[in-house]
Amino acid sequence: MPAGAEPAAPVLEVSELSKQFDGLRAVDGVSFTVLPGEILGIIGPNGAGKTVLINLVSGFYPATSGRVRLLGEDLSGLALHQIGRRGIARTFQNIRLFKRMTVLENVLVSDQRHARRPIRAFFAFGRQRAEIEKARRFIELMGLTARANQLAGTLPYGEARRLEIARALATEPALLLLDEPAAGMNEEETAELIADVRKARKLVMAVVLIEHDMSLIQALSDRVIAMDYGKVMAEGLPAAVLADPEVQRAYLGEEGDP
Amino acid sequence: MSETLLETRNLSVAYGPIRALNGVSIAVARGETVAVVGANGAGKTTLMKALSALLPAQAGEIAFKGRAVRGLGPHDLARAGLLHVSEGRGTLGTLSVEENLRIAYDVRPTPRAFGEATDEVFARFPRLAERRRQRASSMSGGEQQMLALARAMMNPPELLLIDEPSLGLSPLLVKEAFRVLHEFRARGTTMLVVEQNVRSALRLADRGYVLRQGEVVMTGAAAELLADQGLLNRYLGTRNLEGGNHA
Repeated sequence: MPAGAEPAAPVLEVSELSKQFDGLRAVDGVSFTVLPGEILGIIGPNGAGKTVLINLVSGFYPATSGRVRLLGEDLSGLALHQIGRRGIARTFQNIRLFKRMTVLENVLVSDQRHARRPIRAFFAFGRQRAEIEKARRFIELMGLTARANQLAGTLPYGEARRLEIARALATEPALLLLDEPAAGMNEEETAELIADVRKARKLVMAVVLIEHDMSLIQALSDRVIAMDYGKVMAEGLPAAVLADPEVQRAYLGEEGDP
Repeated sequence: MSETLLETRNLSVAYGPIRALNGVSIAVARGETVAVVGANGAGKTTLMKALSALLPAQAGEIAFKGRAVRGLGPHDLARAGLLHVSEGRGTLGTLSVEENLRIAYDVRPTPRAFGEATDEVFARFPRLAERRRQRASSMSGGEQQMLALARAMMNPPELLLIDEPSLGLSPLLVKEAFRVLHEFRARGTTMLVVEQNVRSALRLADRGYVLRQGEVVMTGAAAELLADQGLLNRYLGTRNLEGGNHA
């Protein structure tokens, strides 16, 4: 067991993390922590490095320098699937589902045990009733029970987003990373999403959320980090960060018009 | 009433057994801005794709500039003056920002010089100037959305179909994107706009169509649709969320 797993220790600890792409320093010396029970919101202009940061934390690509610790354990140098097994799950800006599989199958294949025993999973010999029951619970939690046997590719947008969250939860992660979950949603769907994320947070230790919808950021985040040009530009309580003059100028723009 | 630039009559489109559009009839006059609004899954993007010949129609007619477009491909329509800014970053990923703009510029002859057009784009979206030699696929989602809009600015078409222009943009850039569209409108570009942000779309438009489950359930002046709170709640999933609406 990792040494830092007692309650007060951070779930996620990012220190001096940087990523260089050719001439571009997409993430530049970023440090922050996420505490147990917290939802951390990340905001910032397009191209600020938010998604790159999530990609570094989830091991999508290696960092140029710096460290990521999950429950005290250093994740540097681990492969993507190893990080997944240590307890980080994510959703994507562009929805990524198995479109020609049903909702239930999408959740089932995301269960880690299938990844460990792929051949057994393929023949479905080991697919115990308990596993299906478990998958159904995540489906129910995200309000998709009526869709369980429908192909994922036929889901309306808001439900496809919820299925992504159900899939991420099915890996039973310590940390859930959500990349622009409300993009393309109308106000009603966004309000439903807020309720879904509140349910999801009870099943994980912490959540990191990238979003441009400020109603969602304000409703969900305990703390907010604002990034610009790969660096942290402001950090604190949501209201304080949104009121920060630099954040207003670089990100929110003046109130009013169009 | 001025010339009808685009018209559909009883347009139906299906994906296999699933009927996505059912007998849709709309018209867009030259110089007009028309919004198509509706919940996710109502058929808005399907309509846009059918209009630019990216999807075949099962039944019904589409006419652009008074001529039936049956048998024409997307490239024919592009040459005839129709530009479709598709949902989700319709950019050429392996090309640089500048090359993307060059291709958009070269599609049809224009009185403006290339440099003049790019200057306007870069003044509007300084981030694209910083990224001008970078490959589009290496940019962030929001930056690619800026580039998609910038391609329309290079060479304003006769008819601009624009699908979710604000998708993935920061609050600041959502405003900027709508400013660009308001300028298109002021210059007389004819537009058909699909947008999840119903209020911003209807504020931009002269008229609107409300789509629900593949059918037009209501049409009218944009200002009247905007004032009808019952309609907005019923069909469009808008709520009076206090405080949160920065766009």
